Amino acid sequence: MNPRIRSERELQAARMRGQILPVVTTLAGSLAVLLPFIAESPSLPPFGFMMLLSWRLLRPELWPVWIGLPLGLFDDLVSGQPIGSAMMLWTLALLVLDLIDQRLVWRDYWQDWLMAAALIIAVLLGGLITANGAGGEGHVLLIVPQILVSILIFPVVARVCALLDRWRLS
Amino acid sequence: MAPPKNRRPGFSRKAQYGLFASYVIAVAGALVGLLLLVTAWVDPAGHNAIRSLLSDITSPVSRVLTTVVRGTGSGGDSIAEYFRAGSKNAELRAELDTARRRLTAARATEYENKRLKRLLAIREGDPAAIVTARLVSSSATSTRRFAILDAGASSGVANGQPVRGPDGLVGRVVETGRITARVLLITDTGNVVPVIRISDGLPAIVTGNGEGTVEIRALTSGANVLRIGDVFVTSGTGGVYPPQIPVAIATTTSGDAAVGRVLADPSRLDYAIVQPIFQPLAAAPPAAVEGAPE
Repeated sequence: MNPRIRSERELQAARMRGQILPVVTTLAGSLAVLLPFIAESPSLPPFGFMMLLSWRLLRPELWPVWIGLPLGLFDDLVSGQPIGSAMMLWTLALLVLDLIDQRLVWRDYWQDWLMAAALIIAVLLGGLITANGAGGEGHVLLIVPQILVSILIFPVVARVCALLDRWRLS
Repeated sequence: MAPPKNRRPGFSRKAQYGLFASYVIAVAGALVGLLLLVTAWVDPAGHNAIRSLLSDITSPVSRVLTTVVRGTGSGGDSIAEYFRAGSKNAELRAELDTARRRLTAARATEYENKRLKRLLAIREGDPAAIVTARLVSSSATSTRRFAILDAGASSGVANGQPVRGPDGLVGRVVETGRITARVLLITDTGNVVPVIRISDGLPAIVTGNGEGTVEIRALTSGANVLRIGDVFVTSGTGGVYPPQIPVAIATTTSGDAAVGRVLADPSRLDYAIVQPIFQPLAAAPPAAVEGAPE
């Protein structure tokens, strides 16, 4: 037992934190759309999905593969996308990551970024398609800036995630 | 990092079944998501109840943030001014800054005055305005352009009602919660507004481009009918939007289409006004006749 944990209750709290913190931070990422500005274009990176990716790449054993369903549902409810969009796309992304993990012998920072970039592009394109299915008529060029910003910001999100992970396990 | 060790969970049957079950759940869940998407495609307003409930719950966050942003924006400015004044020629600069600040304040008051007068004129001109409220947040990650309005069914807001600002049309209500409503902005790619050119009544339709601009299409066959600087107002056709609300101004033209700027920029809007549907029953569908030829 960690010497800093002195009682059964503290142990419980620490275990709770270990389980709940990744979920809470991912939900918080989805809630970034509550920021008080009226966007003219899809300008905000999909922070919910980026948190999910960061946690999954950092701790592959943390979540069962179906975690994309509840987290994606929550994202759909707040993001303005049709419901089912992130549910499906996030779960597919996690399945793809599992497939890659079976093939890949060893991965480090650069491979993580590459995989995250590919999945961010795929999920944002998928989001465009599902949004168009529900009544929009957006063009692919519309999400190019969002894709670029998201890929460039991803290392920052991954770093924040690592910091949170250190606190989570302390 | 090394690949995870526990993807193949040893000889424990329980662990093996658990892993298998998690994949089954994931794939089945993804299919459910696809099913939900199909239902959303068939009926875009289908899942509104649960979504508006959540936006009711989360709206206080946006409301508080809006207030904080508006408050600290001016506070930070005045602090920066103070530091600049204190560096050199303290007295003179301070005096100058005071004068400048007073001028700014006066200008702000003047602007506020003008704006409020305009708002007042609108509310007097249209006694049927349902509610005046702020737009507090938006669908910034999505390609659709929705905004959350800080007023809902408890204030009389209902689906389909047009939303406008002091300068022009903003959009229409598509989902209503108790204390919030979701507004489909006119810059959304799925929103079509029938308009006329203000100078000669040329009919056109305005569709959003999803990036802050709108596309204006003239409903004539002649080429080059649109000019830069043409202003368009709602025509009232279709019965949703009342006529004579300013919508857009053309900025670049090409033939019978033009790209325009929205006159009521939702990102700079202080207050949005919700109005009743212009002619709610104008487009009642005709009753189907048995055995009629298609």
